[in-house]
Amino acid sequence: MAEINVSVNGRAYTRDVEPRTLLVHFLRDAIGLTGTHVGCDTSQCGACTVLLDGRGVKSCTVLAVQANGAQVTTIEGLETNGALHPLQAAFREAHGLQCGFCTPGMIMSSVDLLSHNPHPTEGEIRHALEGNLCRCTGYHNIVKAVQIAANTMAAGGSAVAAD
Amino acid sequence: MATTAQPGASLMGASVRRKEDPRFITGTGRYTDDLKLAGQTYAAFVRSPHANATINAIDASAALAIPGVHAVLTGEDMKKAGVNPIPPGWLHPGIKIAEYRALAVGRVAHVGNAVAVVIADSPTIARDAADAVVVDYTDHPAVADAVSALKPGAPLVHADAPGNVVFTWQLGDAAATDAAIAGAKTVVKQHLVNQRLIANAMEPRASLASYDPAADELTLYVTSQNPHVHRLIMGAFVLGIPEHKFRVIAPDVGGGFGSKIFIYPEECVVAWASKVVGRPVKWTATRSEAYLTDAHGRDHDTDVEMAFDANGKIVALRVKTVANLGAYLTLFAPAVPTYLYGTLLSGQYNIPAIHVDVTAAYTHTTPVDAYRGAGRPEATYVLERTLDVAARQLGIDPAELRRRNLIAPDAFPFQTAVALQYDSGNYEPALDKALAMVDYKGFRAQQAAARAKGKLLGIGLSSYIEACGLAPSHIVGSLGAQAGLYESGVVRIHPTGKVTVLTGSHSHGQGHETTFAQIVASELGCTIDDVEIVHGDTGRVPFGMGTYGSRSGAVGGAAIFNSLQKVKEKGRKIAAHLLEAAPEDVDFAGGNYFVKGSPSRAKGFGEVALAAYLAHNIPADMEPGLEATTFFNPGNFVFPFGTHIAAVEVDSETGQVTVQRYVAVDDFGNVINPMIVDGQLHGGIAQGTAQALWEGAQYDSNGQLLTGSLMNYAIPKAEFLPNFETDRTVTPSPVNPLGVKGAGEAGTIASTAAVANAVIDALSPFGITHLDMPLTPAKIWSAIQGAKGGN
Repeated sequence: MAEINVSVNGRAYTRDVEPRTLLVHFLRDAIGLTGTHVGCDTSQCGACTVLLDGRGVKSCTVLAVQANGAQVTTIEGLETNGALHPLQAAFREAHGLQCGFCTPGMIMSSVDLLSHNPHPTEGEIRHALEGNLCRCTGYHNIVKAVQIAANTMAAGGSAVAAD
Repeated sequence: MATTAQPGASLMGASVRRKEDPRFITGTGRYTDDLKLAGQTYAAFVRSPHANATINAIDASAALAIPGVHAVLTGEDMKKAGVNPIPPGWLHPGIKIAEYRALAVGRVAHVGNAVAVVIADSPTIARDAADAVVVDYTDHPAVADAVSALKPGAPLVHADAPGNVVFTWQLGDAAATDAAIAGAKTVVKQHLVNQRLIANAMEPRASLASYDPAADELTLYVTSQNPHVHRLIMGAFVLGIPEHKFRVIAPDVGGGFGSKIFIYPEECVVAWASKVVGRPVKWTATRSEAYLTDAHGRDHDTDVEMAFDANGKIVALRVKTVANLGAYLTLFAPAVPTYLYGTLLSGQYNIPAIHVDVTAAYTHTTPVDAYRGAGRPEATYVLERTLDVAARQLGIDPAELRRRNLIAPDAFPFQTAVALQYDSGNYEPALDKALAMVDYKGFRAQQAAARAKGKLLGIGLSSYIEACGLAPSHIVGSLGAQAGLYESGVVRIHPTGKVTVLTGSHSHGQGHETTFAQIVASELGCTIDDVEIVHGDTGRVPFGMGTYGSRSGAVGGAAIFNSLQKVKEKGRKIAAHLLEAAPEDVDFAGGNYFVKGSPSRAKGFGEVALAAYLAHNIPADMEPGLEATTFFNPGNFVFPFGTHIAAVEVDSETGQVTVQRYVAVDDFGNVINPMIVDGQLHGGIAQGTAQALWEGAQYDSNGQLLTGSLMNYAIPKAEFLPNFETDRTVTPSPVNPLGVKGAGEAGTIASTAAVANAVIDALSPFGITHLDMPLTPAKIWSAIQGAKGGN
């Protein structure tokens, strides 16, 4: 067992983990944040995407011990004072989700995209989401949601009140 | 955004944003694998690496020695405990039903067939221990494809199914078809392979069972599209647990597409084992396990003959199909290549004589059952692909050839030559609208100009019909279904006027919590936030047949609608009593009962609800309370239809296909929530396009699955697909009070043929008339090279 200290959504956690524990299992099983999902075992689907020190990673491809000392943001940490992140609001507004299983990873990857490319073209959005699979939407409304969020954020909107 | 808080306004037809979304966008949805029960243990399965083998011995001693392992259980253990095989839910005369045990006994019939299960304190201990179970097999030759399986001397999958034949099935008038073909001007012949697909819902299957000895009650959380069906079949047929002692809960479910209809071995094992070990047991599939064990779809090998007169009118259609059903029969498997396929072979067309002959085969592969569309995409592909081949052969434009053969709008109800009676339809406006949207004439001009420059553009049509809204119970019962396909809907008005609806439908992405609430809000004049839709729990919902076959709106929604009428009618009597008026003089609108002609003499729905529960002042012969139940049994299927058109470009150097435009015009009757219906279409079109271009399960000749992960089975990414252009015509269905039809499968049913036709159209300058799917760059490149070499 190895002791790790990880900040998740701004809260510090100290836990003993098996060295083989994946970050996604640490998040889901050790600290009970089940919003991050596991959809495959080959790092293709992206349902487990979280931010590690601000950059999108597939948490099934990171060992928990590699996150020692790092800041992790999951879907549960995106709201600010009860207000939705513009991407969360836009996914609802544009019907960018159906079953919801890929959604947390899809939103986290989109957060990563807009953090370094605030005005992506449709092609750039589709390219940036190549590591996130959705079986329900055909991506049409996901692309629309990212475009809506980019516009909201460009207009200075940071968060949208949850209704 | 359409408001969610406008009492009295009709929300029917409004793109109301979804009630279920807040939990999904904040990570607070609750899927089966998210649940954790006190004392929970974990299951891991020992699976056969062989497609066809005898099990000689299972040695669990090393696994049992690992700390944290509670039990290693085998098929013999289950059999001794009285657990029965899993039965199919649809039978045909003469069908050979192979014994399908949750854990194999004596022999295995496909790679991934579960042989034993380990129950341990953690998932990793369970996995380690499963790897430590030693199974001694004798490996035998296997057969993976159905055509080979039906040949004399092929390895036998089950001793009691000679020749590997599950059943043979025919529909239509063989003699009339033969005669019409013999006398036809032109007979177009085509061999078509509709390749095997794997559903790949993003949430892998999972189950969590807990046995309560005090109540002698078993609770099973499971990724199910139909929890009551799970309870019925697992309880009554497999495990021997009566319904009142067995609760099945399907919480948030991450997509199904058919693959979560069936009763799978793992959930039977988990349910049984939780009682054996006295602890809750959880199992969650890895994606690799999903590839090996989720029921697959399609897998038809078909010969078509389509006969035409001198005017390009179809005079007859003869279809001979071999369907691969895999190693065992799962729930709907016998119905998919028969009643959900052969009956659809008239499409939108007036075809006087049709005969279809199906042979279903066992093979040493994963079982094959319903995958989105289930039989109807296969039928549509047969018709629409063959029509394009015919158009080229006859020298008639593909759109014109379709138009000439459409069933006329005044011909309804229309009796097809393959049993179905279409109740309504008007096909030409949808065809015209789609052609106009894509600018068909303009595209043909653009295509000719591009060809002159060596650029390959193609356009493909697919004019489809489907029968969904499964299903009229008396009809499916006469065809072999072992259950009725009605749906239940309970509307419970609370004393405050708030509403709880219990539906037997199950939402795993379809947005029922929103659309069903829209029906309620529109009928009662309340807001959708006043309504809670409860589904997926046999402990709360009286009964249900679940969600598949695009049935939830047309059958489940209709049940709710009829219960709302009952509630409103009782409310009218109470209101009349309170207003001292005759019930027939009281109207209901905008959430108020009022006396006709004097709207100020009114009682709000909430007041009436309270009166119903106080029961201080209601009619003397009336029971208190305000609640109604309906079991809606549809009188017929519903028949959505439309025309989809794909425009593609093929790179002649690489064989790469780019879908440039995709236009869909559909008729779903009345639409409750256009945003949700468009979303269903988008996803369906993506899946159908994926069959045309990328997806295909591949087995080698030993029955090893070569496409066993997302690395080598190509489900589409965002970059592969275009935006979709959708529009509709509206022909309300007369079968249900909402006038709705199903919208969940149409995209998949229509799009495969549209995209495949577009690609072959693009390749026509090379003289290529057909290629089997998936139309991968390698296949297209080779075909182009072959055609060039042939010149």
